[in-house]
Amino acid sequence: MSNRLLQICMVFGSASLLSFGGGSAIVPELQLQTVHDYGWLTSRQFADSFAITQVTPGPSTLLVTLLGYRADGLAGALLATVAMIVPASVLVGVVTMLWLRTGHARWHVALERGIAPIAVGLVVASGIIIARTVDHGVSAWAVTLAAGLVLGVTKLNPLAVVCAGGVIGLLLNSV
Amino acid sequence: MSEAPSAWTVARAFNQIALESFGGGLSAWSREVVVQERGWMTDEEFLSATTICRILPGANQVNLAVFVGLKLRGVVGAVSAVCGLVAVPGILVLVVGAIYLRVRDVPAVQHVLAGMAAAAVGLTFSVAWRQGRATLVSAIPCFLAGMTVLLSAMFRTPLWLILFLLGPLGFWWAWRRAAA
Repeated sequence: MSNRLLQICMVFGSASLLSFGGGSAIVPELQLQTVHDYGWLTSRQFADSFAITQVTPGPSTLLVTLLGYRADGLAGALLATVAMIVPASVLVGVVTMLWLRTGHARWHVALERGIAPIAVGLVVASGIIIARTVDHGVSAWAVTLAAGLVLGVTKLNPLAVVCAGGVIGLLLNSV
Repeated sequence: MSEAPSAWTVARAFNQIALESFGGGLSAWSREVVVQERGWMTDEEFLSATTICRILPGANQVNLAVFVGLKLRGVVGAVSAVCGLVAVPGILVLVVGAIYLRVRDVPAVQHVLAGMAAAAVGLTFSVAWRQGRATLVSAIPCFLAGMTVLLSAMFRTPLWLILFLLGPLGFWWAWRRAAA
Protein backbone atom coordinates (compact mmCIF):
# COMPACT_ATOMS: atom_id res chain seq x y z
CA MET A 1 0.00 0.00 0.00
CA SER A 2 1.39 3.39 -0.97
CA ASN A 3 2.24 6.00 1.60
CA ARG A 4 -0.62 8.24 0.46
CA LEU A 5 -3.21 5.47 0.80
CA LEU A 6 -1.91 4.70 4.25
CA GLN A 7 -2.34 8.36 5.22
CA ILE A 8 -5.90 8.31 3.86
CA CYS A 9 -6.60 5.25 5.98
CA MET A 10 -5.24 6.99 9.08
CA VAL A 11 -6.99 10.32 8.55
CA PHE A 12 -10.46 8.98 7.77
CA GLY A 13 -10.22 5.94 9.99
CA SER A 14 -9.51 8.10 13.03
CA ALA A 15 -12.07 10.71 11.91
CA SER A 16 -14.60 7.88 11.81
CA LEU A 17 -14.06 7.08 15.47
CA LEU A 18 -13.90 10.76 16.44
CA SER A 19 -17.01 11.91 14.62
CA PHE A 20 -19.23 12.34 17.64
CA GLY A 21 -22.34 14.32 16.82
CA GLY A 22 -22.69 13.05 13.27
CA GLY A 23 -21.29 13.95 9.88
CA SER A 24 -21.29 17.74 10.08
CA ALA A 25 -19.52 17.79 13.44
CA ILE A 26 -16.40 16.22 11.93
CA VAL A 27 -16.14 18.78 9.09
CA PRO A 28 -13.81 21.18 10.98
CA GLU A 29 -11.46 18.31 11.84
CA LEU A 30 -11.47 17.00 8.26
CA GLN A 31 -10.69 20.49 6.97
CA LEU A 32 -7.82 20.83 9.42
CA GLN A 33 -6.27 17.53 8.36
CA THR A 34 -6.86 17.42 4.60
CA VAL A 35 -6.19 21.12 3.89
CA HIS A 36 -3.75 22.31 6.55
CA ASP A 37 -1.91 19.17 7.67
CA TYR A 38 -1.68 17.15 4.43
CA GLY A 39 -2.44 19.75 1.75
CA TRP A 40 -4.43 17.32 -0.40
CA LEU A 41 -6.68 20.17 -1.52
CA THR A 42 -7.11 23.91 -1.06
CA SER A 43 -9.64 25.36 1.35
CA ARG A 44 -11.55 26.63 -1.68
CA GLN A 45 -11.76 23.08 -3.07
CA PHE A 46 -12.81 21.86 0.34
CA ALA A 47 -15.69 24.33 0.46
CA ASP A 48 -16.73 23.33 -3.08
CA SER A 49 -16.64 19.66 -2.13
CA PHE A 50 -18.83 20.46 0.86
CA ALA A 51 -21.35 22.23 -1.36
CA ILE A 52 -21.37 19.33 -3.84
CA THR A 53 -22.20 16.81 -1.10
CA GLN A 54 -24.99 19.09 0.11
CA VAL A 55 -26.72 19.03 -3.27
CA THR A 56 -26.26 15.37 -4.11
CA PRO A 57 -28.52 12.80 -2.46
CA GLY A 58 -27.23 10.50 0.25
CA PRO A 59 -25.50 10.96 3.59
CA SER A 60 -23.39 14.13 3.77
CA THR A 61 -20.52 12.02 5.11
CA LEU A 62 -19.82 11.24 1.43
CA LEU A 63 -17.80 14.44 1.59
CA VAL A 64 -14.95 12.05 2.42
CA THR A 65 -15.42 10.32 -0.95
CA LEU A 66 -14.54 13.59 -2.68
CA LEU A 67 -11.72 14.36 -0.26
CA GLY A 68 -10.27 10.90 -0.88
CA TYR A 69 -10.58 11.43 -4.62
CA ARG A 70 -8.59 14.68 -4.40
CA ALA A 71 -5.96 12.93 -2.35
CA ASP A 72 -5.40 9.87 -4.53
CA GLY A 73 -7.94 9.36 -7.33
CA LEU A 74 -10.51 6.57 -7.40
CA ALA A 75 -8.55 4.32 -5.04
CA GLY A 76 -8.38 7.21 -2.59
CA ALA A 77 -12.11 7.84 -2.92
CA LEU A 78 -12.99 4.21 -2.25
CA LEU A 79 -10.53 3.86 0.60
CA ALA A 80 -11.60 7.12 2.27
CA THR A 81 -15.26 6.05 2.13
CA VAL A 82 -14.54 2.60 3.55
CA ALA A 83 -12.18 4.01 6.21
CA MET A 84 -14.79 6.55 7.26
CA ILE A 85 -17.57 3.96 7.53
CA VAL A 86 -16.08 0.74 8.84
CA PRO A 87 -14.55 1.65 12.25
CA ALA A 88 -17.61 3.53 13.51
CA SER A 89 -19.97 0.94 12.03
CA VAL A 90 -18.24 -1.93 13.80
CA LEU A 91 -18.49 0.00 17.06
CA VAL A 92 -22.16 0.77 16.43
CA GLY A 93 -22.79 -2.89 15.59
CA VAL A 94 -21.29 -4.08 18.86
CA VAL A 95 -23.17 -1.48 20.91
CA THR A 96 -26.42 -2.23 19.07
CA MET A 97 -26.18 -5.88 20.04
CA LEU A 98 -25.53 -4.93 23.67
CA TRP A 99 -28.26 -2.28 23.64
CA LEU A 100 -30.87 -4.65 22.25
CA ARG A 101 -30.24 -6.71 25.40
CA THR A 102 -29.65 -4.16 28.19
CA GLY A 103 -32.16 -1.35 27.71
CA HIS A 104 -31.81 2.12 29.17
CA ALA A 105 -29.21 2.98 31.81
CA ARG A 106 -28.60 6.31 33.52
CA TRP A 107 -25.14 6.70 32.00
CA HIS A 108 -26.65 6.26 28.52
CA VAL A 109 -28.97 9.17 29.14
CA ALA A 110 -26.25 11.31 30.72
CA LEU A 111 -23.80 10.61 27.91
CA GLU A 112 -26.31 11.47 25.22
CA ARG A 113 -27.55 14.66 26.87
CA GLY A 114 -24.09 15.77 27.97
CA ILE A 115 -22.56 15.49 24.51
CA ALA A 116 -25.54 17.08 22.72
CA PRO A 117 -24.59 20.75 23.46
CA ILE A 118 -21.03 20.12 22.25
CA ALA A 119 -22.42 18.55 19.08
CA VAL A 120 -24.58 21.63 18.46
CA GLY A 121 -21.51 23.84 18.91
CA LEU A 122 -19.58 21.72 16.42
CA VAL A 123 -22.30 22.08 13.80
CA VAL A 124 -22.25 25.88 14.21
CA ALA A 125 -18.45 25.85 13.99
CA SER A 126 -18.53 23.85 10.74
CA GLY A 127 -20.84 26.49 9.26
CA ILE A 128 -18.49 29.30 10.29
CA ILE A 129 -15.40 27.53 8.98
CA ILE A 130 -16.98 26.80 5.60
CA ALA A 131 -18.25 30.37 5.36
CA ARG A 132 -14.77 31.74 6.05
CA THR A 133 -13.06 29.52 3.47
CA VAL A 134 -15.36 30.59 0.64
CA ASP A 135 -14.58 34.26 1.25
CA HIS A 136 -18.02 35.19 2.45
CA GLY A 137 -18.95 38.75 1.48
CA VAL A 138 -21.98 40.72 2.59
CA SER A 139 -24.21 39.28 -0.15
CA ALA A 140 -23.08 35.73 0.61
CA TRP A 141 -23.89 36.22 4.28
CA ALA A 142 -27.30 37.56 3.28
CA VAL A 143 -27.94 34.37 1.27
CA THR A 144 -26.70 32.26 4.19
CA LEU A 145 -28.94 34.06 6.65
CA ALA A 146 -31.96 33.91 4.37
CA ALA A 147 -31.45 30.20 3.67
CA GLY A 148 -30.97 29.48 7.38
CA LEU A 149 -34.14 31.38 8.29
CA VAL A 150 -36.24 29.77 5.57
CA LEU A 151 -35.05 26.29 6.52
CA GLY A 152 -35.38 27.01 10.22
CA VAL A 153 -39.04 28.03 10.10
CA THR A 154 -40.41 26.09 7.11
CA LYS A 155 -40.28 22.45 6.04
CA LEU A 156 -39.05 23.26 2.54
CA ASN A 157 -36.79 20.69 0.90
CA PRO A 158 -33.17 21.75 1.62
CA LEU A 159 -32.23 20.94 -1.98
CA ALA A 160 -34.72 23.52 -3.25
CA VAL A 161 -33.30 26.16 -0.92
CA VAL A 162 -29.67 25.39 -1.84
CA CYS A 163 -30.56 25.54 -5.57
CA ALA A 164 -32.35 28.84 -4.99
CA GLY A 165 -29.10 30.06 -3.40
CA GLY A 166 -27.33 29.14 -6.65
CA VAL A 167 -29.81 31.13 -8.72
CA ILE A 168 -29.45 34.13 -6.41
CA GLY A 169 -25.66 33.83 -6.63
CA LEU A 170 -25.89 33.96 -10.41
CA LEU A 171 -28.29 36.92 -10.43
CA LEU A 172 -26.34 38.96 -7.88
CA ASN A 173 -23.09 38.66 -9.75
CA SER A 174 -24.32 39.13 -13.30
CA VAL A 175 -26.23 42.33 -12.56
CA MET B 1 -43.21 -8.20 11.03
CA SER B 2 -43.92 -11.72 9.89
CA GLU B 3 -40.70 -12.60 8.11
CA ALA B 4 -37.21 -11.09 7.98
CA PRO B 5 -36.73 -9.20 4.70
CA SER B 6 -33.98 -10.39 2.38
CA ALA B 7 -30.59 -8.66 2.30
CA TRP B 8 -31.44 -7.31 -1.16
CA THR B 9 -34.71 -5.81 0.14
CA VAL B 10 -32.83 -4.12 2.99
CA ALA B 11 -30.23 -2.70 0.59
CA ARG B 12 -32.92 -1.41 -1.77
CA ALA B 13 -34.84 0.23 1.09
CA PHE B 14 -31.75 2.17 2.21
CA ASN B 15 -30.89 3.07 -1.37
CA GLN B 16 -34.40 4.50 -1.61
CA ILE B 17 -33.90 6.46 1.63
CA ALA B 18 -30.62 7.89 0.33
CA LEU B 19 -31.92 8.90 -3.09
CA GLU B 20 -35.14 10.46 -1.88
CA SER B 21 -33.46 12.74 0.60
CA PHE B 22 -30.98 15.55 0.48
CA GLY B 23 -28.68 17.10 3.05
CA GLY B 24 -30.46 17.39 6.36
CA GLY B 25 -33.63 15.58 5.34
CA LEU B 26 -32.26 12.07 5.80
CA SER B 27 -33.41 11.21 9.30
CA ALA B 28 -36.98 12.21 8.49
CA TRP B 29 -36.91 9.96 5.44
CA SER B 30 -35.38 7.05 7.36
CA ARG B 31 -38.32 7.14 9.74
CA GLU B 32 -40.80 7.41 6.88
CA VAL B 33 -39.44 4.29 5.18
CA VAL B 34 -38.38 2.13 8.15
CA VAL B 35 -41.34 2.78 10.47
CA GLN B 36 -44.28 3.80 8.30
CA GLU B 37 -43.74 2.29 4.89
CA ARG B 38 -42.08 -1.01 5.77
CA GLY B 39 -43.17 -1.43 9.39
CA TRP B 40 -39.75 -2.85 10.32
CA MET B 41 -39.63 -1.04 13.67
CA THR B 42 -42.04 0.71 16.01
CA ASP B 43 -41.66 4.43 16.65
CA GLU B 44 -40.26 3.67 20.10
CA GLU B 45 -37.65 1.25 18.78
CA PHE B 46 -36.70 3.76 16.12
CA LEU B 47 -36.22 6.52 18.73
CA SER B 48 -33.90 4.44 20.88
CA ALA B 49 -32.02 3.48 17.73
CA THR B 50 -31.49 7.09 16.69
CA THR B 51 -30.37 7.88 20.24
CA ILE B 52 -27.60 5.29 20.10
CA CYS B 53 -26.60 6.44 16.65
CA ARG B 54 -26.21 10.00 17.89
CA ILE B 55 -24.14 9.11 20.95
CA LEU B 56 -21.70 6.95 19.04
CA PRO B 57 -19.16 8.29 16.56
CA GLY B 58 -19.92 7.98 12.86
CA ALA B 59 -22.41 9.58 10.51
CA ASN B 60 -25.86 9.26 12.07
CA GLN B 61 -27.45 7.86 8.91
CA VAL B 62 -24.78 5.23 8.39
CA ASN B 63 -25.05 4.24 12.03
CA LEU B 64 -28.81 3.97 11.75
CA ALA B 65 -28.41 1.72 8.70
CA VAL B 66 -26.11 -0.52 10.77
CA PHE B 67 -28.64 -0.64 13.62
CA VAL B 68 -31.67 -1.39 11.48
CA GLY B 69 -29.83 -3.86 9.24
CA LEU B 70 -28.41 -5.69 12.25
CA LYS B 71 -31.81 -5.93 13.90
CA LEU B 72 -33.49 -7.22 10.74
CA ARG B 73 -30.89 -9.65 9.46
CA GLY B 74 -27.71 -9.66 11.54
CA VAL B 75 -24.31 -8.75 10.12
CA VAL B 76 -25.38 -9.46 6.52
CA GLY B 77 -28.31 -7.08 6.99
CA ALA B 78 -26.06 -4.34 8.39
CA VAL B 79 -23.61 -4.61 5.48
CA SER B 80 -26.49 -4.60 2.96
CA ALA B 81 -28.09 -1.54 4.56
CA VAL B 82 -24.83 0.46 4.56
CA CYS B 83 -23.98 -0.52 0.97
CA GLY B 84 -27.49 0.40 -0.10
CA LEU B 85 -27.14 3.76 1.60
CA VAL B 86 -23.77 4.82 0.16
CA ALA B 87 -23.08 2.93 -3.09
CA VAL B 88 -25.19 4.89 -5.59
CA PRO B 89 -24.83 8.28 -3.81
CA GLY B 90 -21.04 7.73 -3.66
CA ILE B 91 -20.88 7.34 -7.44
CA LEU B 92 -23.18 10.35 -7.87
CA VAL B 93 -20.92 12.54 -5.73
CA LEU B 94 -17.90 11.58 -7.84
CA VAL B 95 -19.74 12.25 -11.11
CA VAL B 96 -20.97 15.65 -9.94
CA GLY B 97 -17.47 16.40 -8.63
CA ALA B 98 -15.93 15.48 -12.01
CA ILE B 99 -18.41 17.66 -13.91
CA TYR B 100 -17.58 20.47 -11.54
CA LEU B 101 -13.86 20.14 -12.32
CA ARG B 102 -14.55 20.73 -16.03
CA VAL B 103 -16.75 23.75 -15.58
CA ARG B 104 -15.35 25.42 -12.49
CA ASP B 105 -13.59 28.19 -14.40
CA VAL B 106 -16.78 29.38 -16.10
CA PRO B 107 -17.74 32.57 -14.18
CA ALA B 108 -21.46 31.77 -14.20
CA VAL B 109 -20.76 28.35 -12.65
CA GLN B 110 -18.62 29.96 -9.99
CA HIS B 111 -21.39 32.38 -9.10
CA VAL B 112 -23.96 29.60 -8.94
CA LEU B 113 -21.66 27.50 -6.75
CA ALA B 114 -20.87 30.44 -4.48
CA GLY B 115 -24.58 31.00 -4.01
CA MET B 116 -25.17 27.30 -3.37
CA ALA B 117 -22.31 27.15 -0.90
CA ALA B 118 -23.70 30.18 0.92
CA ALA B 119 -27.13 28.55 1.13
CA ALA B 120 -25.56 25.25 2.23
CA VAL B 121 -23.97 27.09 5.13
CA GLY B 122 -27.46 28.41 5.96
CA LEU B 123 -28.67 24.80 5.94
CA THR B 124 -25.95 23.90 8.42
CA PHE B 125 -26.98 26.76 10.72
CA SER B 126 -30.65 25.76 10.51
CA VAL B 127 -29.75 22.21 11.58
CA ALA B 128 -27.85 23.67 14.55
CA TRP B 129 -30.83 25.90 15.32
CA ARG B 130 -33.23 22.93 15.40
CA GLN B 131 -30.94 20.84 17.55
CA GLY B 132 -30.07 23.82 19.72
CA ARG B 133 -33.67 24.64 20.60
CA ALA B 134 -34.11 21.19 22.12
CA THR B 135 -30.66 21.05 23.69
CA LEU B 136 -29.61 24.46 24.97
CA VAL B 137 -32.08 24.63 27.83
CA SER B 138 -29.93 26.22 30.56
CA ALA B 139 -26.65 28.02 31.23
CA ILE B 140 -24.33 24.99 31.24
CA PRO B 141 -25.32 23.55 27.84
CA CYS B 142 -25.20 27.09 26.36
CA PHE B 143 -21.71 27.50 27.81
CA LEU B 144 -20.66 24.11 26.39
CA ALA B 145 -21.98 24.94 22.92
CA GLY B 146 -20.45 28.43 22.97
CA MET B 147 -17.05 27.17 24.12
CA THR B 148 -17.17 24.49 21.42
CA VAL B 149 -17.82 27.11 18.71
CA LEU B 150 -14.97 29.23 20.05
CA LEU B 151 -12.47 26.37 20.34
CA SER B 152 -13.39 24.72 17.06
CA ALA B 153 -14.02 27.67 14.74
CA MET B 154 -11.67 30.31 16.20
CA PHE B 155 -8.79 28.29 17.66
CA ARG B 156 -9.16 25.21 15.42
CA THR B 157 -8.80 22.91 18.41
CA PRO B 158 -8.82 19.20 17.47
CA LEU B 159 -12.03 17.38 18.35
CA TRP B 160 -10.47 14.92 20.79
CA LEU B 161 -9.16 17.82 22.86
CA ILE B 162 -12.56 19.55 22.83
CA LEU B 163 -14.25 16.37 24.02
CA PHE B 164 -11.53 15.87 26.62
CA LEU B 165 -11.98 19.42 27.96
CA LEU B 166 -15.76 19.82 27.76
CA GLY B 167 -17.09 16.25 27.77
CA PRO B 168 -16.73 15.67 31.55
CA LEU B 169 -18.67 18.87 32.36
CA GLY B 170 -21.44 17.86 29.95
CA PHE B 171 -21.63 14.37 31.39
CA TRP B 172 -21.67 15.68 34.98
CA TRP B 173 -24.43 18.18 34.14
CA ALA B 174 -26.58 15.56 32.40
CA TRP B 175 -25.91 12.96 35.09
CA ARG B 176 -27.22 15.28 37.85
CA ARG B 177 -30.16 16.25 35.69
CA ALA B 178 -31.05 12.62 35.03
CA ALA B 179 -31.31 12.08 38.78
CA ALA B 180 -33.69 14.99 39.33
